[in-house]
Amino acid sequence: MASTLTISPSPHVRCGRSTQSIMLLVVVALVPAIVAATVVFGPRALLLVLFCALVSILTEFVCQKLMKKPVTITDGSALLTGVLLALNLPATLPLWEAAIGCIFAVAIVKQLFGGLGCNFANPAITGRVFLLLSFANDMTTWVKPFSYRDLNWFGIFSTSDQLVDGVTGATPLVSGDASLLDLFLGSVGGSLGETSAFALLIGGVFLLCLGVISWHTPVAYLGGLAVLELIYVLATGGELSDVLYALLSGGVILGAFFMATDYVTTPITGKGKLIFGLGCAVLTFVIREFANMPEGCSFSILLMNLLTPYIDRITKTKPLGAKPAERQAKNNG
Amino acid sequence: MKKLNGVHLANHKNTENCAAVPLPLPKTVRIPMSMHIGAPCAPIVKPRDVVQVGQKIGDTDAFMAVPIHTSVSGTVKSVGIYRMSNGRTCPMVEIKTDGEQSVCPAVKPPVVTDRQSFLAAIHESGLVGMGGASFPAHVKLAPKQAVDTLVINAAECEPYITSDNRQMIEAADEVVDGIRQVLHWLDIPKAIVGIESNKPEAIRILTEKTAEMPEIQIFSLPSTYPQGAEKVLIYHTLGRTVMEGQLPADQGVIVMNVSSVAFVSHYLKTGMPMVQRMLTVDGDAVKKPCNVIVPVGTPVQDVLDFAQCDWDRAKKLLYGGPMMGISIPDPADPVMKANNAILALEKFDSPKASACIHCGRCIQACPLRLMPTEIAKAFRRKDAAALDQLKVTLCMNCGCCTYACPAKRPVAETNQLAKTFLQSAIKR
Repeated sequence: MASTLTISPSPHVRCGRSTQSIMLLVVVALVPAIVAATVVFGPRALLLVLFCALVSILTEFVCQKLMKKPVTITDGSALLTGVLLALNLPATLPLWEAAIGCIFAVAIVKQLFGGLGCNFANPAITGRVFLLLSFANDMTTWVKPFSYRDLNWFGIFSTSDQLVDGVTGATPLVSGDASLLDLFLGSVGGSLGETSAFALLIGGVFLLCLGVISWHTPVAYLGGLAVLELIYVLATGGELSDVLYALLSGGVILGAFFMATDYVTTPITGKGKLIFGLGCAVLTFVIREFANMPEGCSFSILLMNLLTPYIDRITKTKPLGAKPAERQAKNNG
Repeated sequence: MKKLNGVHLANHKNTENCAAVPLPLPKTVRIPMSMHIGAPCAPIVKPRDVVQVGQKIGDTDAFMAVPIHTSVSGTVKSVGIYRMSNGRTCPMVEIKTDGEQSVCPAVKPPVVTDRQSFLAAIHESGLVGMGGASFPAHVKLAPKQAVDTLVINAAECEPYITSDNRQMIEAADEVVDGIRQVLHWLDIPKAIVGIESNKPEAIRILTEKTAEMPEIQIFSLPSTYPQGAEKVLIYHTLGRTVMEGQLPADQGVIVMNVSSVAFVSHYLKTGMPMVQRMLTVDGDAVKKPCNVIVPVGTPVQDVLDFAQCDWDRAKKLLYGGPMMGISIPDPADPVMKANNAILALEKFDSPKASACIHCGRCIQACPLRLMPTEIAKAFRRKDAAALDQLKVTLCMNCGCCTYACPAKRPVAETNQLAKTFLQSAIKR
């Protein structure tokens, strides 16, 4: 009769999944893409990923210290934001610019709105868009794949303005000259995470299998975009392979599996996720084909983030055996 | 038909092969006058009264109540106060056992000739739902609505607990006879016994015993928690939905626990009222997990000592399973009619809650498709109208949402607080 007994409400057991394990699993799922980016763009890609992760975690730490809130950097969410943002950047972006993006993402988009779970927009995407608008030139200077091999040990860590013009090139979404196989394997120019569809799919399937993300968003996003592109191709008399080209180029795969599946900023029910994915598909399609921007993935997810509360409102579940609510009547009385 | 959601739990059915053994007679028993939902009984014995097994010691005229009988022979030591787990108090009779276990002469098989006398006998037996809800059986068995199916709840979906399983294996004849008695006297055409598929032996035995009885069907349920929740059980066995505000009888169904029907059979044969029950003793602080037959009112401590509980390691004691079980504040507290298990846990989860990340796992886990995230938000802003629309009152506190939450938030607990808030807001 020695020990003190604990009294608490049921249930007395919990599942093994935690916020931290979910965040870390997503980071693990991004490892193939990071490896692919490092192979294609050289060690600087890896440096950028590690740098962004570090700056994001530090930013979260400083913010929480300043606001005298409990420090939650171990939950892995800031780490994930940093890694995701890095994958949305070109390998040659100057580190100080990347740092500004990370600080913006974590401090402004996430912490100022209340921290984890309270931000209305995806921090990594907002950070990317912020950088795109601030440093348009650096953000759209794509180094050619494998060009780092021609550089000396100093050169492989250098930034875009130190590179000779010969090694920079357009993202295949603009030039449209990459082969489908190159796109799939990733030996094309672009942001770190826009290159290898194969590496991203490995991570995406990993997350689906572990139940970290649900199928709704990627299927709706990629499926929706494929259908729209198909209609467009048929209407404009293009080639059918253009549909695959549209899916494999740019950041759609990264977006569909890793950004549009962010829990906090996307709808909570399966139905809501389908609407969200389709909305992303439509916006991406419209931006790509009719607007004067080559890539619409970030903007479309960001815009759908803003619609999430409304999607949530119209996609509430119907409880088992629920009768239609007797509106307001008895509660206002 | 789409299955309702739920969660997959580690079974821990360590005692599924442990035949029930009687517990050595305790020195004293403490019998609360409220072991059922409804009005508590008033004690009808005084200190120093001599009582015999099966003698009535508490009664009331209230309809929603059952009489209470002593489980031991001996002398009434005191009539005191018992603080129940919900914080309220009720009278309690403490009896010092004399070790004789002499049976009260009033204990004799009841004369049952029709529905009326059957229900009267059930009332006199003191039977309450033995699965944990402790609803007076005579009330449940006398619905105004026409009933076409008796559903027997043998799901036993909580981890650890195997007492219903052992009941089916050890007393299959009583289970079958009890079902037939209820069907006969209440004129119900058929019965379905819902058993989780993790109890193949019970399914096999009952299927054999009922092979010649077309009116009794044995139904194998998936092994996901909470199959034993009344609405979930009815939905999965019959495909019927008990609507908001309805009782199962509104859908033509009565649900009874399998141990309860076995008791019906035993009572009609012997007339011995509800004074003892089988329960599972388990948990990681217990060295010898077992199934025991325990007199009602036995201190939890005696039961745990019998199972060689390591008191230095026991950090949490539970009435029932780890999902819906109630913490026991004091090891001297008694075993009651509806206790199907006593657990002594060393390791239990009470993690620190962090921010909700809107992952939706609570919604995916909820068998009734409620939205705990929205309920929590509405509760935080004290919005009764929104809580009403979110149907928080349907929540049965099965705990799936809390179990599934990666942020380790007290989701089900918040639902209960929201429910209470809504009820008080409606009254106002």
